[in-house]
Amino acid sequence: MHIHKYEKWWLVFGTGTLIVFLLIIGVSAFHAGTHPNNSKWTINYEKVNEIAPFDNPGVHKVEGKDWDYEVVLVASAFSYNPMEIEIPVGSTVRFIATTTDVVHGFEVAGTNINMMLEPGYVSEKITTVDKVGEYTVVCNEYCGTGHAMMYSTLKVVDSDDNSSH
Amino acid sequence: MTTAVTSKETVNKINSSNISFTKNNLSKVDKKDAKLSLAHIYVAFTALLLGGLAGLLQVFVRSGQFKLPFGIGYYQVLTVHGVLLGLILTTFFIMGFQFAAISRTAGAFSNTQRKLGWIGFWLMTIGTISAAVMVLLNEASVLYTFYAPLQAHWIFYLGLTLVVVGSWLECLAQAMRYAQWRRENKGQTSPLLTFMVVVNNLMWFVATLGVAAEVLFQLLPWSLGFVERIDVLLSRTLFWYFGHALVYFWLLPAYMIWYVVIPKVIGGKIFSDALSRLSFMLFLILSVPVGIHHQFTEPGIDGFWKFLQTVLTFFVVVPSLMTAFSMFATFELRGRELGGKGVLGWFKNLPWKDSRFLVPFIGMVAFIPGGAGGIVNASYQMNELIHNTIWVTGHFHLTVATAVVLTYFGAAYWLIPHLTGRKLTNKLNNYANVTGIMWAIGMFIMSGAMHIAGLLGAPRRSEFSTYGGSEQATEWISYQIAQAVGGTILFIAILLIIGVVVNLLWFAPKGEEEFPVGEVAEGAGKTPAILENFKVWGVILVALILIAYTIPIIDIIRNSPLGSVGYKFW
Repeated sequence: MHIHKYEKWWLVFGTGTLIVFLLIIGVSAFHAGTHPNNSKWTINYEKVNEIAPFDNPGVHKVEGKDWDYEVVLVASAFSYNPMEIEIPVGSTVRFIATTTDVVHGFEVAGTNINMMLEPGYVSEKITTVDKVGEYTVVCNEYCGTGHAMMYSTLKVVDSDDNSSH
Repeated sequence: MTTAVTSKETVNKINSSNISFTKNNLSKVDKKDAKLSLAHIYVAFTALLLGGLAGLLQVFVRSGQFKLPFGIGYYQVLTVHGVLLGLILTTFFIMGFQFAAISRTAGAFSNTQRKLGWIGFWLMTIGTISAAVMVLLNEASVLYTFYAPLQAHWIFYLGLTLVVVGSWLECLAQAMRYAQWRRENKGQTSPLLTFMVVVNNLMWFVATLGVAAEVLFQLLPWSLGFVERIDVLLSRTLFWYFGHALVYFWLLPAYMIWYVVIPKVIGGKIFSDALSRLSFMLFLILSVPVGIHHQFTEPGIDGFWKFLQTVLTFFVVVPSLMTAFSMFATFELRGRELGGKGVLGWFKNLPWKDSRFLVPFIGMVAFIPGGAGGIVNASYQMNELIHNTIWVTGHFHLTVATAVVLTYFGAAYWLIPHLTGRKLTNKLNNYANVTGIMWAIGMFIMSGAMHIAGLLGAPRRSEFSTYGGSEQATEWISYQIAQAVGGTILFIAILLIIGVVVNLLWFAPKGEEEFPVGEVAEGAGKTPAILENFKVWGVILVALILIAYTIPIIDIIRNSPLGSVGYKFW
């Protein structure tokens, strides 16, 4: 099959770019660990409120782990528990969230904290909150009439407020 | 003497007109096939009008300045928009176009084949109507992705099943015509357009097996109450096994028009038959084993498999680059033939006033940012920034709702008069050009605003909301007003398109409109037989699907939590 010389250059350049992109994504994922939510943790979605840690939603300071805080969050049509999350800037946080009914989203608007919450699964994301501000948490998966009424707030506050930082 | 000359001239004229008459007969869609093709086009453009109206209502609601009357729900309207434009307009136009394309390039359908086509058409139409009734009764406000455990009325699922089964019968009829051509022309390379149709149908068939399994084994028994619970993650995975190939099923007919029709419209040649076929085969094998890139932020699927499908997704860039090269090579060769000089001088020699060229060309241009945005979406962890934000809506309004549909409209402007025996007059051609330009302007505003708002975090598929007066949500509102402006321009363009189409169907002057089919450029290499060997490419396709999906699906089933009961939260 005849391929024009310029087309060969074009395809080599294009495919080369592609491979560079893939290497960047791959190294960043498997070497630096920047995976999206890949959690395998399953749960009985009808009994979420009785099962730890979801029997106690909120922000918990932890010791001896690779992260400083655990944020436990429960989504149900059409609200989040807790409605407000406050974390000192610079802390490493593990977000742990699930749903008690249909599929919901957990998106901290304007950041890369973004995961699907599906019945029967717990979703997780570990990240460092490095910018002070008030972020809106929105449900970004259609869940019914009240879908757009579903929100929470993540407040990343100055670390002076917290003695441990 | 004068008389003699005149009569000789007359004879010559008659002879040449005879020749062109015979040639015309060979190059026309058979009359009975034209009816079948037109039936599809009626449904497709009805869907465009109604779906477009739903879109207009949505952008109005989301601007915060307008509320829906009569208790109509936003998500009901959104379901109408997605189903009618994403599934009905596309599938019906594609099937109508493909029947005409085969009849034009491989020859008329046999009565049996055509009958199969009609049965398919009626199944699809009945399915569409049943699903539509359920949506209008507010029994199925589940959007066109119908994710469980939101549970629609079983008739909605059954209706969509009929659409798919009907399309299978139509694919079968088209495949039978292709097989007949191969039998009658042993050892020859098949007509390019017919070949492309068959590749697209094969891809559609393999892809729809996923959604068929989801509907038949999960959604239908569950919505009928035969089983109480459903495996949500499995249903989503089966949906996306189908869902990404679905977008290529929309795209490939546009590619057919770009590769085969446009060269003829501009008076040029097809750059390479072999490369066109290769790019279609690459689309075929890279269409299905990539669906998990829609599920990057979901739990229950291992990162390794998500990344593997990222790699497979990226490789579809190769046939896209091949297509871009071929198109611009055709344009340049033709532009230079017409005397264009210098590096870019050929560009102005293209037929900019011909809607058959201009409208699809605008689509091609939109595909450049559309494709680049697609690479962002498929970039594994980068997806977290934009997943389910309105950026994604902006993305597919550039790809399917501009690149693809403008190409369909540009084709409809010659296909409809070809089928009805009318002419695309100069005046209609000018209106047609206006539709393309208005679409470009409207979409630039709407899709641009969606992309920016999405980067700022605005979610897709959401009614107007201030999210408790949040500062971020306030930022999104000005972009939502811009979307309403763009959407309004697009709706006016739709009205104009319907006007042109109605004229071409019933009112334009009688005449003959060409179904343009390009010829391959001289000096383009012979097409290797391997490119038409469906066994080889079929085996590669199945192998890639097995590699990409076996272990993720086994994992999902083996680790599955308690299934979900149905919910009706609307």
